[in-house]
Amino acid sequence: MASKGIKDRVAIIGMGCTKFGEHWDKGPEDLLVDAAYQAYESAGMQPEDVDAYWLGTMGSGVSGLTLSEPLKIQYKPVTRVENMCATGSEALRQACYAVASGAFDVAMAIGVEKLKDSGYSGLVMGGIPNDGTEGSMTAPASFSLLAPAYFKKYGLDPDKGKDVLTRIAWKNHKNGAKNPKAQFQKEMSLEAIKNSPKIADPLGIMDCSGVSDGSAAAIVVRAEDAHKYCKNPIYIKALSFIAGPAEGPLSQDYDFTTFREVVATAKDAYAQAGITNPREQISMAEVHDCFTPTELVLYEDLGFSPRGTAWQDVMDGFFDLEGKLPVNPDGGLKSFGHPIGASGLRMMYEMWLQMRGEAGQRQIKNPKVGLTHNLGGAPGRCVSFVSVVGSQVG
Amino acid sequence: MTALLESAFNAGMAGIVSYGSYVPYRRLKRAAIAAVLGTPPGKGERAIASFDEDSVSMAVEASRDALKASPGEVQALIFATTTPPYAEKLSAAVIGAATQLPMEIRATDLTGSVRAGMSALLQGADAVSGGAKRTLVAIGDSRLAAPEGKAEQTTGDGAVAFVLGSENVIAEIEATASLTREFLDSWRAQGEQFSHSWEERFTLTQAHSPLLGTVIKNVLEKAKVAPGDLSKVILDAPNARAADEIARALKIDPTKFSDSFALTIGQTGAAHAGLMLTAALPSAKPGDRILVATVADGADAILFRVTAANAAFKPVHSVGRMIESKGDVTYANYLKWREILPTEPPRRPDPERPAGPPMMRSEKWKFGFIGSKCTNCGTPQLPPQLVCVKCHKRGFMEPYQFADRTAKIATYAIDRLAYSLNPPTVNVVIDFDGGGRFLCEMTDCEPEKVAIGDEVEMTFRRLFTADGVKNYFWKARPRR
Repeated sequence: MASKGIKDRVAIIGMGCTKFGEHWDKGPEDLLVDAAYQAYESAGMQPEDVDAYWLGTMGSGVSGLTLSEPLKIQYKPVTRVENMCATGSEALRQACYAVASGAFDVAMAIGVEKLKDSGYSGLVMGGIPNDGTEGSMTAPASFSLLAPAYFKKYGLDPDKGKDVLTRIAWKNHKNGAKNPKAQFQKEMSLEAIKNSPKIADPLGIMDCSGVSDGSAAAIVVRAEDAHKYCKNPIYIKALSFIAGPAEGPLSQDYDFTTFREVVATAKDAYAQAGITNPREQISMAEVHDCFTPTELVLYEDLGFSPRGTAWQDVMDGFFDLEGKLPVNPDGGLKSFGHPIGASGLRMMYEMWLQMRGEAGQRQIKNPKVGLTHNLGGAPGRCVSFVSVVGSQVG
Repeated sequence: MTALLESAFNAGMAGIVSYGSYVPYRRLKRAAIAAVLGTPPGKGERAIASFDEDSVSMAVEASRDALKASPGEVQALIFATTTPPYAEKLSAAVIGAATQLPMEIRATDLTGSVRAGMSALLQGADAVSGGAKRTLVAIGDSRLAAPEGKAEQTTGDGAVAFVLGSENVIAEIEATASLTREFLDSWRAQGEQFSHSWEERFTLTQAHSPLLGTVIKNVLEKAKVAPGDLSKVILDAPNARAADEIARALKIDPTKFSDSFALTIGQTGAAHAGLMLTAALPSAKPGDRILVATVADGADAILFRVTAANAAFKPVHSVGRMIESKGDVTYANYLKWREILPTEPPRRPDPERPAGPPMMRSEKWKFGFIGSKCTNCGTPQLPPQLVCVKCHKRGFMEPYQFADRTAKIATYAIDRLAYSLNPPTVNVVIDFDGGGRFLCEMTDCEPEKVAIGDEVEMTFRRLFTADGVKNYFWKARPRR
């Protein structure tokens, strides 16, 4: 793998995150200003202390002006980035590299999305002139392709498979119920999840992440400077990002039970961070549970479960908050909500809280190494991001 | 009259070389209409073009079969219909692109009356005698009729296509006759959804019966053939009683009249006479004489003589197979498909109009379903690629045809959120026999029955209409 990584060279010294949900009374500018000021305060900084900004949004604005205008940033660089649902992570990655390179001392990564203004159900993309052959598959349908393929490959009958998916949504709701910033702070019964109205069989509405508004931000500096600003920073161990060749819809050898892009980003990130046994070495993870089958497949792609066994780990509670490897302790996309450009930074926000012992009711005991995973696109045709972070250098 | 006949104005002395028939998969039971509207229940059922079909897409399906059964050069293309998708824009161009005909063809749309189908056959034969090597005549109709009316019961949707030529002819044209008379029978003004028709007794006794009687008498006289020498009579008349009157007047054995598909398909407009002819041909023997006649604002008749080559001709899908391959549509869904019953749109954006330049660039892909094959590693791929998905080399791609290849379902999704006139949308990942994978919509299927490993074939459809642009592309369907 060509990437060399920047292990322990960059630290996060402040973060902010708005509540995610239906912010009828707030526009993208309100959310951005709120998250940015939370991050300034968290780092004990003034706006003028930040040298450069990376703004992630998929569709709630174009150019750096989306951020500089409401924040009144005083003549500093703001780069707008977009990488579908991994947009927030991409903003963070760029900010980290900027300070690691020495080009800037202090950088902010901030993401925002305002989805509830469109009036549409679910996520809407498009607008690029085309020849009309590309189809109109919705996001839940794209990810539902995983379910029959996984069930068939590993011999799960559809009802058993549905129970596994249901258990994933149930866990994420249970975790989200303990999170005051989550969109859905409510436990749901297995029965209510399993019987929710069908969106893309076998997925019901309760297998889908929350359509949400929100913003999250992080301030990064070089690791050696971290203690100037912050008593307990968190350190970047690995950042890996891949845009795949999109061979899933082209190649018969792709079987829709994996994301090759995720496997490759995990391998790269583990090499950067020096992780050899993720199932044992990782204390907690925030993964891209856009739909329940995604989370199921990610357990295997990230090396948390051997192939074909993640469903058993799900049923055994391995990924529960009290389990061996808690996944999505903050409720995940499912119950925290999924404002596209903000989600990758929201995942990092949970790492920040947990490693500093600030996660309240859902605090995991002494987490040392955390992972965030963020993807955009669809099975077989996606971009993937994996980060590894730690509470200590080394 | 006799003098005119002796100086016979016949259509060109060409013949049928190949044919294809298309009956859409869906059927509407006449009892199902009655159950909703409270009208007296009719017998049988009628064929219904699916929500993603129209006269052009169905004509493409029939044309694909006709060309597949007899590959070879085509120099003229005539499309006939009473239901053209565009008031201005050549439908024949879509058919030519979808069937991969070269640009160097003469192409025409004929419309205006249900006799357009026969006109297309006559003009197609003229083109052959004028020097065209072969002519493709494609006829399709998706007829719309007002709820509760008789036409809603009696009409049907379908298509037929013929390759006409002078070599390897399976049924040659022996004589033709035409009559044209201004008559208020059926009419539909610009912008009107449904046709009107005059009172039946008047049209039967004053137009249909006398016009058909005369045109048949004329064509038989021209060919010096007696009514008793006919093996089959294909009479396409709006009123079934016309056949009884013709049989009586011309002393034709009533058993020689072909089944008009009244109980199975309905009257398929401009395509109907041709569709009936393709049903009659498989069992016809060398030397058999088949008479075809239609009536509307006049009448046309063609007398065919079947040749020895007919025995060896095998249609890709016979009409009988098309009739048996079917699934019901509810009356409510039919009304929604035709937008007779307006429905609340989903909370999703309307489909975007496809853009002219990208459509021009991808014509072979979009209309012909031509992908590419890497000559370095041999991997077929679609849509056509620049850099090989397998060996990652640039510059080795050659065109590769996928439209006629079968495939198997690798996985699938049932999308209840996407915009569709027929939710849920079934999406399938399909693996082509011989290589190549594609993700597309599946049509003419029952969503709950879709399974991994099912065999599918490709069909040309209209995905949606946006800003008046008919967005044609390909979908998978269960094998028919």
